[in-house]
Amino acid sequence: MSAPVSLKPHRGAATQAEAARKGAPSGAAASLEVEGVSLSFGGVKALRDVSFSVAPGSITALIGPNGAGKTSMFNCISGFYKPQQGTIRYNGEDITRMHPPHRARIGFARTFQNIALFRGMTVLDNIKLGRHAHLKTNILDAFAYWGRAAREEMELRRDVEERIIDFLEINHIRNMPVAALSYGLQKRVELARALAMHPRILLLDEPVAGMNREETEDMARFILDVKEEWGTTILMVEHDMGMVMDISDHVVVLNFGEVIASGLPHEVQGNAQVAEAYLGAGEPAAIKEKIHKRASVA
Amino acid sequence: MLIGTAKHSYRADEALLTTSPQRLWMAILLIALALAPLALDNYWLYLACLVSINVASATGLNILTGFTGLVSIGQAAFMAVGAYTVAVLEARTGLPFLVNLVVGGAVAACVGLVVGLPSLRVKGLYLAIATIAASFILHFVFVNWQSVTNGNSGINVTPASLFGVELTDYVHLYYVFVPITALMVLGAANLFRTRIGRAFIAIRDRDISAEVLGISLLRYKLLSFAVSSFYAGVAGGMWAYFFRVVTPESFPFIYSIFFLAAIIVGGMGTILGGVVGAVFMTLVPELLRFAVEWLTTIFPNAVTALSPIRTIVFGALIIGFLIAEPKGLAEIIQRIRRFFHLWPFRK
Repeated sequence: MSAPVSLKPHRGAATQAEAARKGAPSGAAASLEVEGVSLSFGGVKALRDVSFSVAPGSITALIGPNGAGKTSMFNCISGFYKPQQGTIRYNGEDITRMHPPHRARIGFARTFQNIALFRGMTVLDNIKLGRHAHLKTNILDAFAYWGRAAREEMELRRDVEERIIDFLEINHIRNMPVAALSYGLQKRVELARALAMHPRILLLDEPVAGMNREETEDMARFILDVKEEWGTTILMVEHDMGMVMDISDHVVVLNFGEVIASGLPHEVQGNAQVAEAYLGAGEPAAIKEKIHKRASVA
Repeated sequence: MLIGTAKHSYRADEALLTTSPQRLWMAILLIALALAPLALDNYWLYLACLVSINVASATGLNILTGFTGLVSIGQAAFMAVGAYTVAVLEARTGLPFLVNLVVGGAVAACVGLVVGLPSLRVKGLYLAIATIAASFILHFVFVNWQSVTNGNSGINVTPASLFGVELTDYVHLYYVFVPITALMVLGAANLFRTRIGRAFIAIRDRDISAEVLGISLLRYKLLSFAVSSFYAGVAGGMWAYFFRVVTPESFPFIYSIFFLAAIIVGGMGTILGGVVGAVFMTLVPELLRFAVEWLTTIFPNAVTALSPIRTIVFGALIIGFLIAEPKGLAEIIQRIRRFFHLWPFRK
């Protein structure tokens, strides 16, 4: 199950010094541990005792059939849902009940399954918003646009232009309103906005959903580059198995709110339970035959 | 992108006015504003002062409703708070006039913070109703808090004085009000070049992702209410010095709707929109009156026949603009600008 997604980053892996110059977040990449998390909405158990961990500087993929609880898990990690049980630790610190704005300040960034950009604003302003929590301008500075406000805005512009817009190759659209962009570009702008937060852990909710092959390959390349150049820890939910298997270091499979498998991509691929979750019960060989038959009839 | 406007620094690219025609027009506008009193008679100066007050308040409402997406129909009530504060301070303390204006704005901002609290739970029409309720409560307070507001008879305001000059003439008031309003509009324009302005727009466009980016909805929604009410308070203070009497009926509920209409007609979510909307809403009824008067030279009976129609024409104009240009007058101005970008080389 391999798609022609390039594994090689288009730039060489950067040295530590270069990463620092580019303004990568200081300190080691973040680790994340999910321990015994359960979440239910009324009688519906969305998550049951889910545990997994995300190693610093790795790409971990969270996969599973529709309704398996992937997005619920994501929303717990980014702070929208508060799980009834279990803890989520970030670099060893319990963050289960921390509010989303606070999470942004300690190094969380996420993108959304349905693009959540600010449609009325330009690409540049959208990306700048990513830095919001790290800026200090207060209301009086803002009115005068003097001293600190102007200085801070110029630093921000430089950072956004030279670190992010160049990196994601979106120079040509920086002044366009987001609503005018294609789907693939909007997804890329959303990634740019998340990167502007200088994240230590990046949560990507279906980064390539609905993209064509070319756009998928571009996005896969950018995700790998983010990992290689800035050492950011990445956790993603994705349905595109080709991409998941090609770029992930670690895969966690959810089904009906439970972890049914986790490990290296090829280990998960060969797991009978995973095949069952996706394809239904039965002998793998028999299922394969069934699928072949169906394909030949069609 | 507009050609021939290459920039060599980020600072130049982030400036408020980025092209030389823009700078030229702004210079012309400023000179015209500075020289206008030489050409205008007293009545037009009166109107110019009124426009200035309305522009200040409409810009404030635009920050709240146009940029942050929180619908408020209470702007006139916040103006009343500013006006009463100024009237009371003027009568009892003798503080300088500019200090009174700032305090008036600050008190209005505090009231705005309280009125803004429901915005944390409700949006859209529900919030609009909450602000209507707040403005009726404030009206009740103005009528019944006799010891401070003097009830229905209101408070007379002594003329403001600046550098020993009593500001009683419209010329003097014009030269004080217009710079204050200009500074307020400039402040608002600057606000939207920084993280705070961007946060407001983010809340309007998509509040959930704003939160993920570390924007506290609580803080910024209330901040938007406070800034907007501050603008209303200062505008109300100017209003008090202009009309020199403040009563509970000075700021009727319809005045709040006037401001909402002004930013919708002008263009929500653009600084230019608040300004041109307020100018339009204040001056067009007057222009229509002049048109009717002019018609009497041709048809002697025009005043009796057409005066009632004036209001209808005004209403029809607003509706017409909304249908033809939902983004407001500011968008028309932008379109004219775009037309001239390549002029005369465009087919």
